[in-house]
Amino acid sequence: MWIKLEPRKAPSHLALYGAPVAAIALTMLAGMVLFTLMGYRGAGAVFEIFIEPLLEPERWPDIAVKASPLVMIATGLAIGFRANVWNIGAEGQYIVGAIAGTGIALATYGIESWWVLPSMLVAGLIGGAAWAAIPALLRIRLKVSEILTSLMLTYVALQLLYYLVRGPWRDPEGYNFPQTRMFSEAETVPNLLEGTQLHWGVLLTFLAVLIAWFVMSRTLTGYQVRVVGLAPMAARLGGFHENRTVMMTMLVSGGLAGLAGIVECSATFGQLTPQFPVNYGFTAIIVAFLGRLHPIGVLIGGLALATSYIGADIAQTASALPQAATGLIQAMMLFFLLGVDLFVVNRVRLVPSVVQHAS
Amino acid sequence: MSLEIAISIVMTLVIAATPILLAGLGELVVEKSGVLNLGVEGMMLVGAVAGFITASLTGFTPAGYAAAAFAGLCASLLFGVLALTIGANQVATGLALTIFGTGLSSLAGAGFVGTTIARLPALFPQSIAGHPILRLAFGYDVIVYLSIALTLAAAWFLNHTRSGLILRCVGESDASAHAIGYPVTAIRYLAVAFGGALAGLAGAYYSLAVTPMWADRITAGRGWIALALVVFSSWRPWRLLLGAYIFGAVMTLELYSKAAGFALLPPEMLAMLPYLATVVALAVIAMRPSRGRLDAPRCLGKTFRAGA
Repeated sequence: MWIKLEPRKAPSHLALYGAPVAAIALTMLAGMVLFTLMGYRGAGAVFEIFIEPLLEPERWPDIAVKASPLVMIATGLAIGFRANVWNIGAEGQYIVGAIAGTGIALATYGIESWWVLPSMLVAGLIGGAAWAAIPALLRIRLKVSEILTSLMLTYVALQLLYYLVRGPWRDPEGYNFPQTRMFSEAETVPNLLEGTQLHWGVLLTFLAVLIAWFVMSRTLTGYQVRVVGLAPMAARLGGFHENRTVMMTMLVSGGLAGLAGIVECSATFGQLTPQFPVNYGFTAIIVAFLGRLHPIGVLIGGLALATSYIGADIAQTASALPQAATGLIQAMMLFFLLGVDLFVVNRVRLVPSVVQHAS
Repeated sequence: MSLEIAISIVMTLVIAATPILLAGLGELVVEKSGVLNLGVEGMMLVGAVAGFITASLTGFTPAGYAAAAFAGLCASLLFGVLALTIGANQVATGLALTIFGTGLSSLAGAGFVGTTIARLPALFPQSIAGHPILRLAFGYDVIVYLSIALTLAAAWFLNHTRSGLILRCVGESDASAHAIGYPVTAIRYLAVAFGGALAGLAGAYYSLAVTPMWADRITAGRGWIALALVVFSSWRPWRLLLGAYIFGAVMTLELYSKAAGFALLPPEMLAMLPYLATVVALAVIAMRPSRGRLDAPRCLGKTFRAGA
């Protein structure tokens, strides 16, 4: 008997939705083996990372708060990936969004008015979108790969952040710490549920997911994005402009990353600090794939990744697992997902060896 | 500026250029075979940590470089299995490899942060390697000369050998190469493995030579600069060498202005330079008039499935 893979006529729905689940299960298994080999309590650590946060209801708000920026960024990225637009510099757009919003916060210092926070959020949105517009323009005008330029600009954004908090934006009363002054009440994203970390940004993310879902599956624009990604030739014949799609998806993904940046900056940190960027922009790439580039899937994928973040904190105290293990776990999830995708587009058949020889 | 300072500036430039040349050369061969492996940064980090740990435990730096090349090769095979055998999206797989390498290197290197090891000595005897002027040409370790020799070898291999022609054929038209009877996937595996080994070596150059101590994310995005250099070079080894040395100069400028307390620009702006320069270089190269004559391999990044 031979094991033979043959292409399916249409992707299996069971495999399509089962693949992320299988990928997480395989990651847990591989994680157990790897951590045990490295001298940690393997099974215990994996349980703490993936299961324990779900068993403790008091941690659920934390998961939602952690998932919020990941889902917001990944929602935008997923739209771009569908159109074959590879914005991998979301981390930079996230930082620039936070910088732009903080700029408004510092400029309106002392003004306690209702419009301050909305202007900060809009500035974040515009800042992120503007940062993403650079690679978009370079791709449209000069055919320069957006992969490399968007990523390079992440490093530039990071240095810009360091410069601002060490130099012009440093808190004059902050004992020389490289950080801005704390945001005022009017500059802080309000809390949603007393006694938890839950804030209004979480609802904003939810709204973004709903809008993205509606646009992608129910409007011509969404259809255009999907066609440009799947069949560029057909798109061209159909009169869809690839350049317009590139610009639009870059602006949307950059804008959402920027919005996520200023929300996180205001709600979680309450100021701009060098500790603010923690690679959510890169993790969101995994979230987008885990969610099968579908807004609702991204929501679920973001919750799964957020669970692993919260769980990694538990494992750090309980099993002395280093923080770096989180990155490894996340990368394994993506590896396994890409691997099991083989069974989404192919099916396994057992073929009698005689037939094999005859053919 | 005295001659002595000028010479040490040039030497710093060469050392800064060497790892991006090595990594870029590996990726150039990979891309010539039609594969886009965005995992260069990840493979470099895996090589950097494997090299450092080996050198640290054995006390023998050459063993560190060997381990680094091997580790980079193993990491690249992970990419090979997913992107070449399974046929997963190359962009996504490469990104995953970078995230994986970053996580693995900081996990494995956690116990070594801040420890140091001995650099490789200069290849040539002290009488010329330590000479105030001759050291400009003879004062480097073996890896620097290796990187230049490999550039020569890669240029010769790609343009003047039958195997090189087959490799390019696989990258330009995988279907034709397959039809003639060449094992497309196997050839791509070889290229990917070569790229992995060189990326590993390049990573180790950071942890064993540029700053001979372990720090998290020691390669600081240089793997991405190497990727950009391949585009900048229009997939030609000698231009890659030139590009790597230009970038070495930009990075050295950053280093020396910092040391000299150069007040014209704040240090953060200087640190941006290599990355900004990369963006500008990519834009400038895209504007050149001879576009399209010898550009990207046709099958770059496309998944190949042998007659399913």
